[in-house]
Amino acid sequence: MFALLETVHALGLLSCFALLGTSRIGACIRWLSFQGILFGLVPLIVHQGGFGWRAGLLAAANIALKGIGFPWLLLRLRGRAGTSREVEPFVSFVMSILFGIFALGLSVWLASELKPALHQAPFLMLDSSIFLILIGLFLIISRRNALMQVIGYLVLENGIFVFGVITVVGTPLLVELGVLLDAFVGVFVMGIAIYHINREFGSIEVDRLSALKG
Amino acid sequence: MFEFIGAIVLLLVGGMAAVAFHSRPGPCQTAGQSGAIAGSLLGLVAAVRILVTGHPETLIVTWSMPGGSLYFQIDALAAFFLLPVFGLSLVAAIYGRAYLAGRAGGQGLAGCWFHSNLLTAGMASVIAAHDGLLFLVSWEIMALSPFFLVIFDDRKAAVRHAAWTYLAATHLGTAFLLVAFVMLGQAAGSSDYDAYRDILQANPGLASLVFILALIGFGSKAGIVPAHVWLPEAHPVAPSHASALMSGAMIKVGIYGLVRILTLLGPPQPWWGWLLIAIGASSGILGVLFAMAQHDLKRLLAYSSVENIGIILLGIGVGVLGLATGMLPLAVIGFAAGLLHVVNHSIFKGLLFLGAGAVQHGAHSLDFEELGGLLKRMPWTGAAFLIGAAAIVGLPPLNGFVGEFLLFYSGFLAVMQPAPTIAIAGLVAVIAMALISGLAAACFAKAFGVVFLGSPRSAEAGEAHEIARPMRAAMALLAVLCIVIGLAAPVIVGASADVVAAATGVPSGSVRVQLATVAGPLSMTVSVFAILIVMALLAWLFRVHRLRARRIGSGPVWGCGYLFPSAKMQYTASSFVQPLTTQFHLFVRNREALVPPTGYFPTAASYSSDSGDPWLRLLFAPTFRWFDRIVGRLNVLQRGHIHVYVLYVAATLVALLLWAGL
Amino acid sequence: MPELALVASPVCALLLAPLLLGLINRTKAFVAGRRGPPLLQPYFDIAKYARRGAIYGDVTSWVFLLGPVVSLAALMAALLLVPFGAIPAPLSFSGDLIVVAGLLALGRFAIVLAALDTGSSFEGMGASREVHFAALAEPALLLALAVLARITGALSLTPLYQGITAAAWIAALPTLALVAMTLLVLALVENSRIPVDDPTTHLELTMIHEVMVLDHSGPDLGYIHYAAALKLWILGSLLVGLVVPVRSGIVWLDGSAMLLGMAVLAVVIGMIESAMARYRLVHVPQFIVGAATLSAVGFILILV
Repeated sequence: MFALLETVHALGLLSCFALLGTSRIGACIRWLSFQGILFGLVPLIVHQGGFGWRAGLLAAANIALKGIGFPWLLLRLRGRAGTSREVEPFVSFVMSILFGIFALGLSVWLASELKPALHQAPFLMLDSSIFLILIGLFLIISRRNALMQVIGYLVLENGIFVFGVITVVGTPLLVELGVLLDAFVGVFVMGIAIYHINREFGSIEVDRLSALKG
Repeated sequence: MFEFIGAIVLLLVGGMAAVAFHSRPGPCQTAGQSGAIAGSLLGLVAAVRILVTGHPETLIVTWSMPGGSLYFQIDALAAFFLLPVFGLSLVAAIYGRAYLAGRAGGQGLAGCWFHSNLLTAGMASVIAAHDGLLFLVSWEIMALSPFFLVIFDDRKAAVRHAAWTYLAATHLGTAFLLVAFVMLGQAAGSSDYDAYRDILQANPGLASLVFILALIGFGSKAGIVPAHVWLPEAHPVAPSHASALMSGAMIKVGIYGLVRILTLLGPPQPWWGWLLIAIGASSGILGVLFAMAQHDLKRLLAYSSVENIGIILLGIGVGVLGLATGMLPLAVIGFAAGLLHVVNHSIFKGLLFLGAGAVQHGAHSLDFEELGGLLKRMPWTGAAFLIGAAAIVGLPPLNGFVGEFLLFYSGFLAVMQPAPTIAIAGLVAVIAMALISGLAAACFAKAFGVVFLGSPRSAEAGEAHEIARPMRAAMALLAVLCIVIGLAAPVIVGASADVVAAATGVPSGSVRVQLATVAGPLSMTVSVFAILIVMALLAWLFRVHRLRARRIGSGPVWGCGYLFPSAKMQYTASSFVQPLTTQFHLFVRNREALVPPTGYFPTAASYSSDSGDPWLRLLFAPTFRWFDRIVGRLNVLQRGHIHVYVLYVAATLVALLLWAGL
Repeated sequence: MPELALVASPVCALLLAPLLLGLINRTKAFVAGRRGPPLLQPYFDIAKYARRGAIYGDVTSWVFLLGPVVSLAALMAALLLVPFGAIPAPLSFSGDLIVVAGLLALGRFAIVLAALDTGSSFEGMGASREVHFAALAEPALLLALAVLARITGALSLTPLYQGITAAAWIAALPTLALVAMTLLVLALVENSRIPVDDPTTHLELTMIHEVMVLDHSGPDLGYIHYAAALKLWILGSLLVGLVVPVRSGIVWLDGSAMLLGMAVLAVVIGMIESAMARYRLVHVPQFIVGAATLSAVGFILILV
């Protein structure tokens, strides 16, 4: 189990760096899908409350939504919105990767601070969950394209999901389903919003939307 | 208790049914009105039963919100305050249907009924709550629903502005209450009133602080000067039956809150009494001065509500002073005066607002300069309005006089005490009340005289029509109540012993003893009323007898030889009160624009006066503008880019994590 | 005999009130070097009005008819509560001074509304000035009564006036003198005598009371004149009861002392009216507030 978890951990970190450095939206979406499937497997591996139907349900739901459902939705949106296929970042790719390294250091330190408070948890994934959160936020902040912001949001969701799975002992189902519902609604709403914004203003460049400032 | 819950349920069901029928005016009105009438009747039954039996009733249900519980307790004090709430709601509902039907279009009927029912339910819930969290939730409901009533005519910019003023004022007041309740909750560890009482009696410093916060918070809802500025903006623009409900019942809930906090605070300190007397005197005098200077009938009535809240606070202040110094007669009679005036004011202010609505309905204007001579065309409205005006001035034999009698009596009792501070407090109360009474006579002589007497000043007023029967019936009911309460004064004052006992914390037996001392004078007063009425009848009959054999002619009034008298030569409303507004110009500060006639054959001249509220103009508006400027500097944070906002979020998150880690 | 004492006060008032007016007019005429009207002239006038028919303005309504009726009824009801010096009033209860003030206010309100009912600028002007001065006079009256209540410890007019003995005067001389001055000023203000108003003219400059009743005629006018006389009697007896502290307990003696005092008061008012000119209207409020201040000073003197 430990070796499996280490693999997942490493691949997860890799997918994040890939998201930071990729310049095409289509590739970002595929990395997101990969991440979804990867972290969807975590409940099966960690099995805090015992390997039961709960963990299986959780994993299946996660893989279905975040591995397949959302990426498909985003690909459709990309087609419909007719936006550029390029990620247009505020922060250059090189700087993004450097930030990623800094964020990794920060999350490892934070995880070591939090460890004593969370006994019984497999600590290995703790720093990756914090790292996912930070990377998700960074993507939202530093990418001009609204689709990339949705991707950033989903990465953030992944981070919270992992954190939830490894710290909640007993019945993570309710918590996690709540989080999943939250993500579902968020993406749903964002998808509609992006579609309508594009129809109304002809663009989903988020900084152009600042003209709406009061 | 069952009736009380039933009343709230019926009110809410009626309101929701009105919303369900919002596209059909007829069923909508029926649903809203019947819900209101049925709910109010049931609520009145509950309140009267609790007053008669004297046993408080309780209902406790734990609910799923964290903290607090659904804890209702209706004791004599709460039942007393429920009377004007449900009573006015009943009368307003009877009046409201015909009134709303008469207004143009079928728009907004559902909203109006829903929100007025919600307002009544909210007020009832506030009064019956015995738990801090329940109180605050009900308070918010009660505070938000009038916003939708005020904004009924939302096409006009002035109406929208008034509604925003109301919303800002109510939330500022609620902020103070929130602070007070949070402090109490933290100190007591629970949000139950009984827990509050224990912690406050152990802690006099906390008690004084809570008193000040509650005074500001509840006072701004009641409308004390200087927190009154929302009243004359909000009350006039709402539909008249909603204005009656707001002015007659909602501001009383502010008074209820203050009295309830006083019961929790334990033995008061003398400076509380002094403060209440000072606030009461200044609100009363300033309120009636502002009322006199108004051009619009409803604004005049709104300022008059400020004046009457001042009178109520005068009575309660004298009562608190009595409690603080251990003078039982002062305490009992002072509180009795204030509490009686609560009910009296709801009755006659409700009546006056309904009358104003009738005037608006019949003559299509509320501006004094366009009305006149309506008594001949709207006799029932005029008669009812006259009774309301005489009652609010405090003339015998009506109910207003009885309240003033008790207030003067308590003031005189204080004057006769040896201690100088109490004597001065009593003298201040007496002089303030006398001045208020004299100024109110001027104000309502203007209100009734300019609107209903003389000749019509505009074509519309000349063609005014009388209002529909249900509206007249509602006003007649209130007018009859004014007379009945005036004549049945000793009985009513005697029956209020439990209420005064609940409000002051003095045992019921002692209260009865004190009230008995004033019951004798009240009965004699009522016999004087009876003699007055008999004398008036005799004088009338004698006059009729003398004139039977004589010639009775009619002709034009004395015009000093002028051949073409016109309605514009009558004394206008502003000229009638000009001596008083000039004398008190320091407080009223109405601004006049005068273009005098010039030359030997003057052609044009004009005079206009603006009576906007000086407190709003000189205190609140500049303060808010300054605040706006200061806070506007923070505008630099609003860049308009989503990225920046998420950056703020992320930065805060990282800062928190670092702080937690370090 | 005690029953006689009880009704003596209102009967005296009802019979003798117009005589006060006659005495004032006779005094003014004497000072002016004229013979003047007969002492009983006010009675003849009222009887004349009662015999006449009436003309009503076509603008007026039933409020106009009710004005004189309510005013007279209020004053007659107030008569039942006001003692005549040591002679008790028929009705006496704690707090009756409040009721007296309320009844006076009722009478005034009725007349003011009747004046506004005519829709004429003359009556409107009179009504406007009347409510102005009344708003200032009512606190002054209650202040004076409050001071008296504190000194005598009674909240009812009858025991209050019975408590004002020569001993009370000696004990609180400055205060009682100040209150007496206040009551004199109030008597002048409430009854529209000079220096507040000129009761003999109807010109705009001097109009307060006289002009409010310009359009009444017939029995209504008789009621108004009689009510004005009663009001003068009531306020006068409040003043004279204070200034003449004869409290022997013998009805005839006390009554005669009071009647003599009322006569002297009428002469004094006549002299004041002859010697002074009317104040400018803007000075009248200062006059009233000054009088109230006198009572306030008296109050402070007895406070410590």
